[in-house]
Amino acid sequence: MVELVVKRLLWGIPVLWLILTLTFFLLRLAPGGPFDQDRELSPAVEQLIAEKYQLDQSLPVQYAQYLKRVVSGDLGPSFQYADLTVNQLIGLGLPVSLQIGFWALLLALLLGVALGAVAALYANRWPDTVAMLTAVIGISTPNFVIAPLLILWLAVHWQWLPVGGWSGGEWRHLVLPVVTLSLPYIAAIARLVRGSLLEILSQPFIRTAQAKGVAPSRVLLYHALRPALLPVISYLGPAAVGLMTGSVVIEQIFGIPGMGRFFVQGALNRDYTLVLGVVLVVGVMMLLFNLLVDVLYRWVDPRTVPTDAAGARG
Amino acid sequence: MKLKLGLALLVLVLLMIGVGPWFGTQDPETIHWDHMAAAPDATFWLGTDVMGRDVYMRTLLGGQVSLLVGLLASLVSVAIGVCYGMVAGFIGGKTDALMMRLVDVLYALPFLFLVILLMVFFGQHLWLLFIAIGCYLWLDMARIVRGQTLALKAQPFVEAAGAMGQSPMTILRRQILPNLKGVVVVYATLTIPQVIMIESFLSFLGLGLQDPMTSWGALVNEGASHMELAPWSLWFPALFLSMTLVGFNLLGDGLRDRWDPTSQQRASDS
Repeated sequence: MVELVVKRLLWGIPVLWLILTLTFFLLRLAPGGPFDQDRELSPAVEQLIAEKYQLDQSLPVQYAQYLKRVVSGDLGPSFQYADLTVNQLIGLGLPVSLQIGFWALLLALLLGVALGAVAALYANRWPDTVAMLTAVIGISTPNFVIAPLLILWLAVHWQWLPVGGWSGGEWRHLVLPVVTLSLPYIAAIARLVRGSLLEILSQPFIRTAQAKGVAPSRVLLYHALRPALLPVISYLGPAAVGLMTGSVVIEQIFGIPGMGRFFVQGALNRDYTLVLGVVLVVGVMMLLFNLLVDVLYRWVDPRTVPTDAAGARG
Repeated sequence: MKLKLGLALLVLVLLMIGVGPWFGTQDPETIHWDHMAAAPDATFWLGTDVMGRDVYMRTLLGGQVSLLVGLLASLVSVAIGVCYGMVAGFIGGKTDALMMRLVDVLYALPFLFLVILLMVFFGQHLWLLFIAIGCYLWLDMARIVRGQTLALKAQPFVEAAGAMGQSPMTILRRQILPNLKGVVVVYATLTIPQVIMIESFLSFLGLGLQDPMTSWGALVNEGASHMELAPWSLWFPALFLSMTLVGFNLLGDGLRDRWDPTSQQRASDS
């Protein structure tokens, strides 16, 4: 187990380096710079700014300096938010995104497993059809369609919940974003659970349990569900990353100060360091969550033979 | 059942998009100053948006763009994925391991980020949109095709073709490719809704198409920002977009249940 963890973490370093390098040069290829304005600055001022942010040096030098700084844990100053460093900005946005993502993940797991189990138990009867049709609709409907509709009905029309805003994470402000964010994941998990549960339920050991006279609910909960959840566990890695790194759409629609918006804003403003910082944080989270999932997987299913480093996919 | 429902939805949407504009009486770009955010009536069948433009025509024409992007980008991703996967699976050995490791690494990249960066930096050209999305989505296809090719390669008829002196290129083209058809069609069908979704997402962020060209994503974005004034300018594009995505997903699922031998759900699904 320790070997797996160490191997994976080491494999993560070149992946992160590749991500950073690609993003760094892609950012610099782009036309325009962070300090371009409508009004032209005097050459002296431009020179000063360039010096302050080390933009006057050659690209390879800047790249080397950036990498050196990142290794020491400093993501550099933001180019747009004059008084803030990227570390501070991410420190502000990440907790918000993590909080929303955590609740959404929990909701998706609970509802998804329940829905999938119901569908599998009533396979090919009407509860199954209803559940799976709902799931397809859930997967197919983009969150920027669902979010406005939910706001329109629950917040504007009936005024049960606030339209948006954060208020330091008060629960009423959490409900709509969390629900919107988790819907496609609920659907995906339900489909996974249904498929794998059906397969498990047809296995001999389940028939044995049934023949022994174990109550159907006990067969489901104690015998079938645990092995059926294996595919869900491997789905949790990518799902957790998708949920917790902040969704631009959700943040924009509900007016939430999370991390997702930094990326698009940063890219539009050519805020090089901010974009790189967000990309790095997402990359690290991706590696960590996938590692966590693999460890969890081996714990739940000891039969799993660890593959080599190839598991580093997202 | 899935198949039929999916097909029915898609035929309906296609009919609306293909034939609907012929019946439209309004120009999609004309601004009607006296009919801003007007509710649906006899002249403006689905109402007008806050700028006084006909929602009916804009939804249908936006749909043409969304579908076009969906089909073309899927084509790009299918082309890349099939070639890559087939070559990796057919050559096998070290080359295969290396090529698949590259796919693993690419999976680890925050690709949607890169697509967003591309769109921000190099302008919102339609062709760039196809390529960016296509390049993002080929990985799954490559994996699936590689797996199938590996299995096919071990079959006697491929061996026979080799023994008859067919060159590797010919074997790939004449023996392997035709047998991949089912899987490729299934996963291409499932790629199209993904593309449409990504394009809508980019348009929603304002990174997709530029006015006056429009797509469902852009329309939903406009509608969402004025939903208190003109809710119908949100409802109808949203409805069409969802119907199309549901249709493609149902169709793809149905086809997979029927054709894909590796699908586990096959035996259990109706």
